[in-house]
Amino acid sequence: MAEPTAGPLAESTAAPVAAPSTDPAAGTRARPETLARAVGVTRRYGDVLALDGLSLDIRSGELVGLLGPNGAGKSTLINLFVGLRKPSSGRVELLGGSPADPARRRGIGVTPQETGLPATLRVREVVDFVAAHYPRSVERGALLERFGLSGLERRQIGGLSGGQKRRLAVALAFVGDPRLVFLDEPTTGLDVEARRSLWEAVRHFHAEGGTVVLTSHYLEEVEALAERVVVIGQGRILADGTTAEVRDIAGVRRVTLTAGDLPELPGVLSAERDGARTHLLTTDADTLVRALVRADVPFSDLEIRPTSLEEAFITITARPSRAA
Amino acid sequence: MALLLTHTRYQLLETVRVPIALVGNAFFPGAAMLFFVVPAAGDHPVGATIAAASMMTFSVMTSGLFTHGLGVAEDRAQPWDPYTRTLPAGPWPRFGARILTALGMTLIGILPVLAIAVFLTEATATPLQLLLGLGALVVGSIPFQLLGLFIGYALPMKAAVAVVQLLFFPMAVGGGLLTNPMDPPAFIAAVAPFLPSRGAAELVWAAVGYNTPRPLTMVMFGVWIVVAGALALWAYRRDEGNRFS
Repeated sequence: MAEPTAGPLAESTAAPVAAPSTDPAAGTRARPETLARAVGVTRRYGDVLALDGLSLDIRSGELVGLLGPNGAGKSTLINLFVGLRKPSSGRVELLGGSPADPARRRGIGVTPQETGLPATLRVREVVDFVAAHYPRSVERGALLERFGLSGLERRQIGGLSGGQKRRLAVALAFVGDPRLVFLDEPTTGLDVEARRSLWEAVRHFHAEGGTVVLTSHYLEEVEALAERVVVIGQGRILADGTTAEVRDIAGVRRVTLTAGDLPELPGVLSAERDGARTHLLTTDADTLVRALVRADVPFSDLEIRPTSLEEAFITITARPSRAA
Repeated sequence: MALLLTHTRYQLLETVRVPIALVGNAFFPGAAMLFFVVPAAGDHPVGATIAAASMMTFSVMTSGLFTHGLGVAEDRAQPWDPYTRTLPAGPWPRFGARILTALGMTLIGILPVLAIAVFLTEATATPLQLLLGLGALVVGSIPFQLLGLFIGYALPMKAAVAVVQLLFFPMAVGGGLLTNPMDPPAFIAAVAPFLPSRGAAELVWAAVGYNTPRPLTMVMFGVWIVVAGALALWAYRRDEGNRFS
């Protein structure tokens, strides 16, 4: 618990406050600015620890994917950033102030959970209702067109299909011409085509300079959209890096065999004995097996399985020294 | 201010789009007026006026209890409610809109009673009395709005429905709204001064020119406002604390 909350790739977030200039991504953009920041944030619900001393900076122009299993703390983190909850300890900043300050929230957009849109209101009305809160808002027709909702202005929300409701919910995040949007599970329940058109809308926003934080438990979605991936598990950041770096970590394999004492083997991230069986986690199972054969140690019942992303990360963070 | 009006407009829209809610709100006082007051006291100017005032008080009471008690409990169950809290507005536009919406519903609720009183009975009131009566109805609605907010913020939807229904009928009967205030049954005469429904009714009766409010009733009316206000505030804070702190 005393270890830094960040995983092997999380140089920038392991430091309590990462100055923008030390970030490797900083060079690619003109003067990135920290739009949202969590510093040593812990959040408890009764006995449950949802966030455990987590620190994270979101900089302008980033498209950040928060990845992790259900209950990892992703939604809690988003709720802290958008001012719905306060941290039990630690500090959360939004656009240079507190998320509890409505003036700060003028610069952000949030997606409501799809099931909650008021069924009796019309599409046009709910967009206008949200727009009324912002000093300037995007043009309604263009917004609806971008999210594939053209021609539905006068429809009551209760009469929309599930996919249309979901797209409307995501579109609402963009109504107030925000600098930063938080999209919590934006494409849950959408078919492939709708998902891709929604991704296109998010990319369009990002290409015009917008900053995006999205959560997902689909690795595919995060891979398709995000430039920076932050993996969260058990309330902590397990890894923080580019999509490619995280994909490499996702390539971790579990090699299981029955053997006696094993020699030093290349690329072993962690080793664990379970009775007669030895479990080895590695990013390169081929090299490991070749080395195992060359070392001429007796073994039997060799088994190679892919690990889940979470399993890989949890194993890695549990043994930070081996993973380095 | 602009946001308060925006929130009020959309809350009213949401309410009006389910017309049965309006009908429910206006039906019972209107029906009671039509079936009990018109045949029994319709020809009697004083009796009809007092009874119409009682029915309007009854309507104000149900509007306050139901609009908030059920409306808030229902909203709390929807994810839309937390979403609106992420919009750049403090809690006041939404909260203020609740009060204005309930007042709007109250007005809609008393219109049928007023219409029946004017067209089908001998009830009379000068324009000034009518205006005073409206003011008294708004004041009279305060403890019921607060009780409704308390119930809505403290209880889940199903419990709120039950509690509101359990509460409003004894209050109406016990406060003497459904009986002749000049010659009430002994039981009602005993409990009425301690109920907020009586305080509200005495204010409205006085506004249209009958009797002066009794001190005990007024004190108890004040006590109800303070207690219901404290309970509503407590439940609101507790709810916000549970879900948003």
